[in-house]
Amino acid sequence: MEPIIIEGTPKTPTVKFDAGAGIFEIKGRSIPENSVEFYKPLVDWLESYKESPLTKTTVNIRLEYFNTSSSKCILDVFKKLEAIHKAKNEVEVNWYYEEDDEDMLEAGEDYESIIRVPFKMIEITD
Amino acid sequence: MSFNIESYYSGQSKENVILLYKGNVDSDVINHVLDSVEEKMVAVNDNPKLRKKVYNVLVESLQNLYHHVDRVPDDFEDQVEKYGLLVVSRVNGGYKIITGNFVQSENIEKLEEKIKRINRSSHEEIKELYKFILNHQRISAKGGGGLGLVDIARKTGNKLDYAFVQYNNNYSFFYLDILVNEEKEN
Repeated sequence: MEPIIIEGTPKTPTVKFDAGAGIFEIKGRSIPENSVEFYKPLVDWLESYKESPLTKTTVNIRLEYFNTSSSKCILDVFKKLEAIHKAKNEVEVNWYYEEDDEDMLEAGEDYESIIRVPFKMIEITD
Repeated sequence: MSFNIESYYSGQSKENVILLYKGNVDSDVINHVLDSVEEKMVAVNDNPKLRKKVYNVLVESLQNLYHHVDRVPDDFEDQVEKYGLLVVSRVNGGYKIITGNFVQSENIEKLEEKIKRINRSSHEEIKELYKFILNHQRISAKGGGGLGLVDIARKTGNKLDYAFVQYNNNYSFFYLDILVNEEKEN
């Protein structure tokens, strides 16, 4: 599968989905007015990846900000990952949050409570 | 008729206002406002935690305007597609963000009920409400997720102050008055 590589902008995140390595990353700010337009291709790509995933998929989410409209799209991304996990493949989500950013930690915990995939909460301390 | 949009907040000290905008709320305006407020917060060295909360609340309040405003009354001076008001001021311990927009009379009750529901909820209940909406409600045709106000209440830990000021029989102007301050205990 062709990887997805999208450069970040002030309103949309950097995305690197590498099917060959099984490593997916979303990083930066996700605050577009129309988040569906941005996330739909990612969700579609995951739908294809789901057909023949690697035995282990690692997902790194490292967001500084995201708006509520992105929050639903991110949930759609996680739902695809949940389906991959359910089909007996290893999936791990690393949810990064900046030091003291309790809101971002709580946001990760929200997803963790909704999605049946192992989450690891990782504080960035630099 | 002497309807004055600014009278609602003009009683507050003007010297603390760091940004005032009235007009069409489009994507470029949102970008500009976010950049400008972020720069100002960095310049006065606000702590990152407060800065992030203010930024988040600004994004949600502006995008609420972007997605949900009703069209302006026919006789209003500024005939733009998405008319909104935004006032950001510095207050003791944080920031005050006031937004304003026209609401058609028949939409008032629904909006007010939503705010009242949020305001009578505890922090835990707001968290649960957020998760429920996140998991069960689709993104509307207008592009909003229905989560904006819940998110604002959750992140600030404060009640949503608001007012509906009647413009004419068919329209009111809705003010939302949000306090974002430091070290909120749940």
